[in-house]
Amino acid sequence: MLKRAQALFLRRLGAVLALVAVGGVSAENATRQLNMPQGVTEVSQAAYDIHMIMMWICTVIGVAVFGFMFYVMYAHRKSRGAVAENFHENIVVELLWTIVPAIILVVMAIPATTALLKVYDTEDADIDIKVTGYQWKWQYEYLGEGVKFMSELRTSQDEIYGREPKGEHYLREVTEPLVIPAGKKVRFLITGNDVIHSWWVPDFGVKRDAIPGLFTSAWAKTDQVGTYVGECAELCGKDHAFMPVVVEVKEQAEYDQWLAAKKQEAAAYASTIGKQWTSDELMAKGEEVYNRSCAGCHMQNGQGIPGVFPALKDSAIALGPVEEHLRIVVDGVNGTAMQSFADQLSEVDLAAVVHYERNAWGNDVGDITQPVDVLNYKQGQ
Amino acid sequence: MAHGPATMADGWIKYASRWLFTTNHKDIGTLYLWFSFAMFILGGAFAMIIRAELFQPGMQLINPEFFNQMTTMHGLVMVFGAIMPAFVGLANWLIPMMIGAPDMALPRMNNLSFWILPFAFAILVSTLFMEGGGPNFGWTFYAPLSTTYAPDTVNYFIFGVHIMGASSIMGSINIIATVMNMRAPGMTYMKMPLFVWTWVITAFLLVAVMPVLAGAVTMMLMDINFGTSFFNAAGGGDPVLFQHVFWFFGHPEVYIIILPAFGVVSQIIPTFSRKPLFGYSSMVYATASIAFMSFIVWAHHMFTVGMPIAGELYFMYATLLIAVPTGVKVFNWITTMYKGSLTFETPMLFSIAFVILFTFGGFTGLMLSIAAADMQYHDTYFVVAHFHYVMVAGAVFSGTAAVYYWLPKWCGKMYNETMGKVQFWIAFIGFNITFMPQHFLGLAGMPRRYADYGLQFADWNMLSSVGAFMYGAAQILFLFNVVRTITHGKPVEDPQVWEGAEGLEWTLPTPAPYHTFETPPEVK
Repeated sequence: MLKRAQALFLRRLGAVLALVAVGGVSAENATRQLNMPQGVTEVSQAAYDIHMIMMWICTVIGVAVFGFMFYVMYAHRKSRGAVAENFHENIVVELLWTIVPAIILVVMAIPATTALLKVYDTEDADIDIKVTGYQWKWQYEYLGEGVKFMSELRTSQDEIYGREPKGEHYLREVTEPLVIPAGKKVRFLITGNDVIHSWWVPDFGVKRDAIPGLFTSAWAKTDQVGTYVGECAELCGKDHAFMPVVVEVKEQAEYDQWLAAKKQEAAAYASTIGKQWTSDELMAKGEEVYNRSCAGCHMQNGQGIPGVFPALKDSAIALGPVEEHLRIVVDGVNGTAMQSFADQLSEVDLAAVVHYERNAWGNDVGDITQPVDVLNYKQGQ
Repeated sequence: MAHGPATMADGWIKYASRWLFTTNHKDIGTLYLWFSFAMFILGGAFAMIIRAELFQPGMQLINPEFFNQMTTMHGLVMVFGAIMPAFVGLANWLIPMMIGAPDMALPRMNNLSFWILPFAFAILVSTLFMEGGGPNFGWTFYAPLSTTYAPDTVNYFIFGVHIMGASSIMGSINIIATVMNMRAPGMTYMKMPLFVWTWVITAFLLVAVMPVLAGAVTMMLMDINFGTSFFNAAGGGDPVLFQHVFWFFGHPEVYIIILPAFGVVSQIIPTFSRKPLFGYSSMVYATASIAFMSFIVWAHHMFTVGMPIAGELYFMYATLLIAVPTGVKVFNWITTMYKGSLTFETPMLFSIAFVILFTFGGFTGLMLSIAAADMQYHDTYFVVAHFHYVMVAGAVFSGTAAVYYWLPKWCGKMYNETMGKVQFWIAFIGFNITFMPQHFLGLAGMPRRYADYGLQFADWNMLSSVGAFMYGAAQILFLFNVVRTITHGKPVEDPQVWEGAEGLEWTLPTPAPYHTFETPPEVK
C-alpha cells in the first residue's frame, strides 16, 4: 500500500513539474479546471457571464497598462542613454484617467446589477427545502412533506489519514444526497444550528451563509439531470473541510418515487421504536452511529481531545445514571460545542449510541438503553 | 550632541538599557523593524506548515484542529505582527528625517507603544502551548465560532488584541502629532514627501478604527464570560452584527496596511527614474479619497450573509468606485517612469513588481466587488489569491524595497546588489508560483481554510506549495543580506547614496547620526 501511495505521489509530483516546465495545462487530467463552472442554472450562468465580462475588461486594461509600462522600462532605461525629462503634471491626462475609468465602472455596473437581480429572485418556488448546517453535516427537510434527513461525509477516516488508498470520490461523497426534481424551481431556506456555515453548490451558483437564528434564501432550477457536488464555504470549526454538499437532480417521476420511498421509510421506522433490542444489536448500531456523529470530537477511542472535547471513556457521565447521560446527548449542553441531538438522530440511534458509550472502550455499566426509554425521556420533558 | 548611544563596549547592562529605555526615534524604528521581521519569520513558518499539509490531499502532518490554529495564527501574526509594525518602524525612522524634525513629538509614548507589542504577541503565541490550543476561528474570528464554540484560550487572544490596538493607537497619535507640529520651517503640507502624507492618513484611519476592533473583542469577552448576547441569536443578539463591526474595522485595516506601501513606492520610483513624481497633488487627493471610501464599503466582505438587495447594490457600487483613485495612483507611477532615465537596482525591482502585482490584485478585487460573481468567489482560494497579491506583493514587497532603499542611509553600508537581485527573482517567481494557481483553485471550487481537499485540486495545491517554499527561502536570503550588510557591507560616504534621490533625509550624513536636525533645516 505504501508503494502505491509512493507511486501516486511520484506521478503527481512529475505532473506538477511538467506543469511548471511547460507552463501550460495537460489534457491528461480533465479535473484540472481553471475557470469558474458555467453550471446548470440561470443564476450560475449569470455569475459566469459577468465573471467573464469582468475578466476580459480587466485583461484588456491590464495588457494596455502593463504593455505601456514594459515599453517604458525598455525604451527609457539609462543604459540605453535615456536622459530624464522633468515634467510632473498634466491636468488633461490626469482628468482623463480619472473620468474614463469612472465611465468604464458605470458600464460594468449595469450587467452586474441585472445579474444580482436574478440571484435574488426567490419568489414563486415550487418546492421549499430547509437546509440546516450542523457541525459538521447538513440536514435537509422537505417542508410540508414530513421528510427530513442528515447528509454526512461518507469518506472514511482511514482514507483521510492515508491508511487506505483514497477513492475516486474522495471527500465528494455523502451518506445521503439531497434530491431535487428537474425543471422545478426549488427554494432553499438556509440556517445554521451551531456556528455559521455556508451552503455552496458551484453548479447552481448558490452560496448562502447558514447562520444560527437567521434564515437566508436562494433558489435553483435546472433541466439537467445529474449529481452536483459542493462544499461548506464558511469556517465552522475542526471538520470544516469534511462536510460536502451533494445534490442529485432527478426526473420528476423518479423524484416522486424517491419521495414516496422516503415517506414509507419514515413510517416503517416508527414501528422499530417499540421493539426490545438486545445489547449486541445496540452495540453494533451504536458503534456505527458513534463513529459517524460523535467520533469527530470525542474521537473513535472515546478519549476526546484534552482541553477541547471531553473524554467519554471512564467519564462520570458515561458511568453515571442513564438519565443524566440521555439528557446531555438529547438536549446538548448550552454554551458549548455539545449540541442537541434530539432532531439529528432517531430514537433508535440515540438509544444505541448511549448504550454504546456506556459499554465501550472498557466502560462497563451493563444496563440496556432501549429506544422506548429515549421516547419516554423526550415525552417526559 | 549630548551623548552617543551605548554600545556593547559599555557593558551589556548599559547596552540592553539603551534599547529598553530608548526614546530615540531611530532606535525605536530599528526595534520595530527587527520585531516585525521576527514575526514575519514566525508567521511564515506557520504558512509553511499550512502549505506542507496541503502539499497532498489527505491529512499527513497535522490534524484539522491544529490546521485551523495555523491559518488563524498565520493571519493574525502577519497582519498585526509583521506588516503593521514594519511600517511603523519605517515611519519612526523616516518621518522625522523627512520633515526635518529632531525626533518624534512624543518620545516616551513611542517607547511604550513599541515595548507593549512583544507582550501582546507573547500572550497570543503562548496559547498554542496551552490546553485547548490557540485561536482556531480564523483571523476574522466570526462569532459564534469565536465565542460560544471557542477554546478557553480565546480570552488570551482578546487580551492580546487589546494590547496591539493600544500600541497602534499610541503610534498613530505620535505620528499625527509629529507631522502636525514638528515640520521644519517652509515644509508646508503640500511639500511633504508622499511617504509622510500616506502615513498621516493611515494614522487617522488607525485612530478611527482600532477602537472599533477593541469594541468587537470586548463584546466577545462579555458574551463569553458575562452572559451577554451581542452575537447570540438565541439571546436576542445577531451573529451578523459581529461581521458588520469586524469589517467596519477590517476594511480600513487593509488600507492601513497598503497606504504606507503606496508611500514607499512613491519615494522609490522617482529616485530610480531620475524624475520627479508625476501628479504629486493628485496622489495626495487619491490617498485621502481611498481612505475615506474605505469606511463605506465594508459589507462587500459579506455578500453571502443574505443582506437585502438594496444593501448589496450599494456596497457593490461603492466598492467599484475605489478603483478610480487607485487607478490614478498606478497611472501616476507609470507616468513617473515615462521619459525618465531608468535603472533597476533592487529597491526599484521590488517597486516595479509591486506596481504590477498590486494592480493584478486590484483587478481581481474589481471582479470580487461584483456581488453576483462574488457568490461564487466568496470564501474560496480566489479570495486567498486576491488578498495575497495585494498584501504580500503589495505590503511585503514594498517593505522589502524600503529596507534596501534606506538601509545604506541607516547603517552607512551598501548591501550586496547581486544578492539583492537574486533574492528579488526568487521571491517574484516563488510568489507567483504560490498564488497564481490559487486563482484557479478558487474558481474550480476549493474553499479557503480547508485542511484537506478532493483529488481534483491536488495538482495546483502541490504547485502552490512548491512556490511557497521557494518564497520562504527568499526571506532567508533577505535576512542574510541585511545582516551581512550591517557587519561586512562596503561603506558609503555620499549623503545622497542614490544618484536620483531627493528629500531631506538624503541631505544628512551617511550613516545618519544618532541625533539629526537638532537645528531645523530651512525648506525652500
